[in-house]
Amino acid sequence: MAKIVIDGKEYEVDPNNNLLQECLSQGLDLPYFCWHPCMGSVGACRQCAVKQYRDENDETGTIVMACMTPATDGAIISIDDEQAHDMRERVIESLMISHPHDCPVCEEGGECHLQDMTLMSGHNYRRYDKKKVTHRNQYLGPFINHEMNRCITCYRCVRYYDDYAGGTDLSAQASHHHTYFGRHEEGVLESEFSGNLVEVCPTGVFTDKPFSEHYTRKWDLQAAPSVCVGCSVGCNTTPGERYGTLRRIVNRYNSEVNGYFLCDRGRFGWDHVNSEERINAPAVVSNGQFSELNDAEVQQLLTDLRSGDAIAIGSPRASNESNYAMRCLVGVDNFYAGVSDREHDANKLMLQLHRDSAFNIPSVRDIEKADAVLIVGEDVTNTAPRIALALRQSVRNKASELAAENNIPGWQDAAVRELAQHNRSPLFILSNAATRLDDVAVDTTTGSYADQARIAYAVANAIAGQSNDDLGLSDSAQSLVETISQALKSAKRPLIVTGSSNGEAELIKAAANVARALKSDTPTDLCLIVPEVNTLGLEMLTQVDHKLGVALSKCAAGEVNKLVVLENDLYRRAATADVDAALAKVENVIVLDQMPTATTAQANYVLPVTAFSEHEATYVNYEGRAQLSFQVHRTRTGAMPAWRWLSDGKDDVNTIINRCSEEASDFGHLDDLVPHLSQFAAGLKIPRQSHRYSGRTAMIANLNVHEPKQPIDDESVMSFSMEGMPSMKDASILGTTWAPSWNSNQSISKFQEEVNGELKQGHTGTLLISEKSDAGSFFEPALSETSSADQLALSWAFQIFGSDELSAKSSAIQARMTDAYVGLSPADAERLEIKQGQPVTIDGGATAIACVREQVAEGNCIVYCGEQLNPNDFGSSVAIAKSDSSAGDRGIAGLIVSDLLEESY
Amino acid sequence: MSTQVIASTKNRARQLTEEEIAEIEHEKTLYPDNQAVGLEALKIVQKYQGWVSDESLLAIADYLDLSAADLEGVATFFNLVYRQPVGKNVILFCNSVSCWICRCDDIKDHISKKLDIDFGQTTEDDEFTFIPVPCLGDCDNAPVMMVGDDLHRNLTPEKVDEIITQYRNKSA
Amino acid sequence: MSRPPLEIAAYEANDGYQSVHKIAGGLSANDVLDTIKGSGLKGRGGAGFPTGLKWSFVPQGENSPEQKYLVVNADEMEPGTFKDRLLMEGDPHLLLEGMIIAAYTIGASKAYIFLRGEYTTSVRTLKNAIAEAYDKGYLGKNILNTGFDLDIILHTSAGRYICGEETALLNALEGKRANPRAKPPFPQVSGLWGKPTIVNNVETICNLPGILTYGIDWYKGLGQGADAGTKLFGVSGRVKNPGCWEMPLGVSIRELLEGKAGGMQDGLGLKAFLPGGGSTDFMLPEHLDIALDYDEIAKVGSRLATGTMIILDDQTCPVGMVGNLMKFFAHESCGFCTPCRDGLPWVDTIFREFEEGRGSEKDLQILREHVDYMGPGRTFCALAPGATAPLGSGLKYFEDDFKAHIKQKRCPYKH
Repeated sequence: MAKIVIDGKEYEVDPNNNLLQECLSQGLDLPYFCWHPCMGSVGACRQCAVKQYRDENDETGTIVMACMTPATDGAIISIDDEQAHDMRERVIESLMISHPHDCPVCEEGGECHLQDMTLMSGHNYRRYDKKKVTHRNQYLGPFINHEMNRCITCYRCVRYYDDYAGGTDLSAQASHHHTYFGRHEEGVLESEFSGNLVEVCPTGVFTDKPFSEHYTRKWDLQAAPSVCVGCSVGCNTTPGERYGTLRRIVNRYNSEVNGYFLCDRGRFGWDHVNSEERINAPAVVSNGQFSELNDAEVQQLLTDLRSGDAIAIGSPRASNESNYAMRCLVGVDNFYAGVSDREHDANKLMLQLHRDSAFNIPSVRDIEKADAVLIVGEDVTNTAPRIALALRQSVRNKASELAAENNIPGWQDAAVRELAQHNRSPLFILSNAATRLDDVAVDTTTGSYADQARIAYAVANAIAGQSNDDLGLSDSAQSLVETISQALKSAKRPLIVTGSSNGEAELIKAAANVARALKSDTPTDLCLIVPEVNTLGLEMLTQVDHKLGVALSKCAAGEVNKLVVLENDLYRRAATADVDAALAKVENVIVLDQMPTATTAQANYVLPVTAFSEHEATYVNYEGRAQLSFQVHRTRTGAMPAWRWLSDGKDDVNTIINRCSEEASDFGHLDDLVPHLSQFAAGLKIPRQSHRYSGRTAMIANLNVHEPKQPIDDESVMSFSMEGMPSMKDASILGTTWAPSWNSNQSISKFQEEVNGELKQGHTGTLLISEKSDAGSFFEPALSETSSADQLALSWAFQIFGSDELSAKSSAIQARMTDAYVGLSPADAERLEIKQGQPVTIDGGATAIACVREQVAEGNCIVYCGEQLNPNDFGSSVAIAKSDSSAGDRGIAGLIVSDLLEESY
Repeated sequence: MSTQVIASTKNRARQLTEEEIAEIEHEKTLYPDNQAVGLEALKIVQKYQGWVSDESLLAIADYLDLSAADLEGVATFFNLVYRQPVGKNVILFCNSVSCWICRCDDIKDHISKKLDIDFGQTTEDDEFTFIPVPCLGDCDNAPVMMVGDDLHRNLTPEKVDEIITQYRNKSA
Repeated sequence: MSRPPLEIAAYEANDGYQSVHKIAGGLSANDVLDTIKGSGLKGRGGAGFPTGLKWSFVPQGENSPEQKYLVVNADEMEPGTFKDRLLMEGDPHLLLEGMIIAAYTIGASKAYIFLRGEYTTSVRTLKNAIAEAYDKGYLGKNILNTGFDLDIILHTSAGRYICGEETALLNALEGKRANPRAKPPFPQVSGLWGKPTIVNNVETICNLPGILTYGIDWYKGLGQGADAGTKLFGVSGRVKNPGCWEMPLGVSIRELLEGKAGGMQDGLGLKAFLPGGGSTDFMLPEHLDIALDYDEIAKVGSRLATGTMIILDDQTCPVGMVGNLMKFFAHESCGFCTPCRDGLPWVDTIFREFEEGRGSEKDLQILREHVDYMGPGRTFCALAPGATAPLGSGLKYFEDDFKAHIKQKRCPYKH
């Protein structure tokens, strides 16, 4: 620690940081633009000017940029100094020269860092009376608006998009006061993390396009802390609602999970909530047609439903509460996994690894600390995108190391990058095709699942000093194994990443072996990614042998009278024929879901359930972290949370959470998440509406000018109104961030213990799986080879836009989706006389588009996983053939992969 | 290391010529990475094509595995990379301080009138493009300008007339 | 006017490459460093930093990066500056010999000449000279059996004034946008491609062979004042005989202006002058007897900088002259930091309005504020502070002219 003096007052600070960061950590107001808490300093905007004095006797001092000056012990600075204040006023005056002052029509208005900093810097009269510089805007795709005239040239966008997120299609162009930020030509921004530009840009150059289609000011959004349901990372979000429709999602800081950033699936994959297709009321289904039930019929249905004698299938996209209520209703012996059998086995295997003391399951922040990484078979960018962004940061640890050796402070962002050049911490990838992290990887080796697992097993052996003779590796594979094992062994904090998306247990076992071989005094970081938001929660509630296949067999055998399916489309979980056979035999199939699916079409009854923003719920993320997601708004439909349909109607969500916490093993700490009003000032609730919420009277003014009474939320600690204790500094629940003078998301520093630290509120979630044992041992390889002359070994291709069920029903995501495709090696494509982009059939049935990719290994094919194809219909190898029929109207032109074969495209 | 580019953008690139490729390959031996070669390649392509078209830019990005956006950022930064078509002869006219003191504005007006173009414009016959350039470092011979690779000193309206005729004749 | 550049044989006959033979004879890198330090040579690019001291910051020894670079800044773009062109067109081997000395001293096996793209004659002379030097074994592998390797690569810039700033130059050489870099870290520690790098001006490098061949005492004896050696001094503007001459540091300005440049053209009087290029403060006729050395000129609030004077005569509008410079600086701003990027165009616009008779007291006040706002320490690099030199001194010395523009609503120098 160091001591510095700011305006005569002494502060304890971290000398490894710069003055700006430390000023903000101390809660002081100092304006800035180009600096970002996790991107460091470059000294471009000159907005954070302060006066620094040599010593106590120095009365003149010099103007320095706080962001570019280390917080050295003994430093004496002044923020209030007149010259420093003048400098900041001049800077903001300069920045505003060509700014259009179009706040009333700008989406950023009301949460604009530029507005805040303009006021803070004391600029309130425009002296500039000359011509402004104007720019042309670009079309940047369905997610982002571009309005360059608002730009203040802080360079944050390109520093985030290129340097931080690894994007290659956004750059600074031209120069002097004509500097422009855009693509080399109009087109879709390629990065999967482009949406963060909306929050990184301090003003309204990059704004949220789906939001602007039904725009509402930040202060008029009803908002609450939520958790993204797009994958298993569980990023924290703040959705905003107005007039009964969900309007947008923004990031909500969680120091351990998502920090400041979301992926584009999470940010833009929400408008299925507003869908016209939502199931509106309980219905009876006949020939796929829904007919609403009257009240009496609904009561009868519910009474029947709750009477027992049913079996149930749970859901990885439903909350713990709904799954648990379902399990309570039918009994644990009648509760079955709602995932494919292969995935269930893989998930159960991973749960076993969670409890193994050899491993530490890393948080996203932990992942960023890794200094050597091996990814085994999981296409992280497409299955758990936020983790891919974290892995991209992990390769920079080498740069930090080099910087430290050369006495360059880590926050000197440009200098550290220049010093490091292409020196990166090693990242190795085993995959079935090129991945979106290949540009920062030492090596990406592609092959079948067995090929990938073989190399991982061999790496484990090499690290443990065991022979690899049995594995039959080629010379090149052997040398790769040497390289990987050396890199992992010499790392201080190695990390192994794998997952169950493929349902390939061998990949997980091989990855676990590597991690186990690396274990020293401390457990090895082993990241085990599961496919969906609550896969782990579901699996923790499901017995090992209660696979979906067992349930379906029972149904098909006529042993089941009543089947309840919770928020699940079984046609994505098991072979079509098996599901058909099962559903045909059950007299009463009751499906609870938000939207019609292939399964609801086969149901006898459907019950509408609420979407993620319409209920309070808990989910368990990939690391076993349970997080609470609040209800944001009331549903417009007749939906209820599934647990409410299933219980006797008297329970509230807290009761369910408490019961689950008491009764379900591993869920003991779930109730830690639930806040109690007694903790709050004067027992006041937290308002979902900001203290500036306006226009309530106007909402239905076309019908009635009298303001309706706000609904009461008697279950939650939050209220559906402005009343209560707003999310200020010491509030326990942080919905929308706002602090006096800080209306934008940059106000987050006011809520952090220190910049980049934990929130003062705590609430990083609760790790449920805390008990560990050291019973584990190395797995024996059980590699099955699929080789056949006319068949190709199959593996899955996931897409961030399309492979997730609910986000794929959102219009912005649909604009980025492709048709189902089959990835082929150039050699196989040639042999099969298949051209890039041609329709093909899989096993003579389903159609897809051929996508010839250079990195797909010969003898393999990778099949798109999404709604258009049921992946469970295919075996471990398939026959691919040319087809005449068309596969859809989207094509694959929007596919962003680096190994697409060019010639024939 | 590879950048990740949508295939459809690569598709719009033109084919680099053999001469261009040979020169780019030579530059590769002089610099440790392709980013440095990128700027050289822009100059090489411009030498042969007169300017850097979108198709040329994409071709270089593709050939050197660079991001087209980054390359555009570089191309638009430097004064001597032309992203718009130019005439056969580019007039780089010094209008910095020493030439200004020596009344280069009069010479500039003379050229503008004679060729009927202002700074940034090209004559209708595509013979001349007229561009101002920062100090050409020949201040003891002010006013000066370059036409193509040749420096012309101590300019007077009469001398300018001669020079223009000379270049017109050359291409005729 | 233009004589052919010295061929290598002629250059050698005039003691050329003697220093390289001395190195081959056993002169160690440390010996050279001591000699250069002892000579008192200061950088001739503008800042006047001691060359030997700069070199000594390059990390040496086993733990230092193996690859080090020498970069010669031949991006002569300072308005009114035309000295490096003379050296490269007239005596290219002098530059190469100096580069060999510098590279040998710092342990660089690769050296780049960052040459202005518009210097097409220099491209030809340097290319020839480099080829000759390779032929003679002064460049390439194992130079004169010393075990020392050096490759010199001629890089022509795509043109930006900011490339004269050494860190921006490094970015340009790496094929990036030429924004300057933060210092620290200095290029000596982390420069070109993150490796230790020395960037020296052409003229600085050209001083090296003489120092090594003829010794410290000879070199120091050349200067007439406090500073050692000679320097190229230029005079441009409406004088009788504009040109560039090598003269001892310490001669008087009058000697240069009246002795060499022949004084003002007939009918013109001396109004003021910039002593060392476009980013130095104006000096007045009363300063003519001041010595041309770094400290003496600093005493009257200006800088020797490049040593190439721009003369303002009494028939030329001083407001217009400053305006011309502001237009240049505004255009050449890289666009990275705010005061430079957005301050200079505002200043430029105000000057254009003065020119057109629309200047106001309010605008004059804004100009004054910008002198501080864009001054040293406020901006990311020295470009805008350089612009404030003629701007600030111009506002001070030519206040009457500014006011006359406002009052007459036109430029009083235009008839």
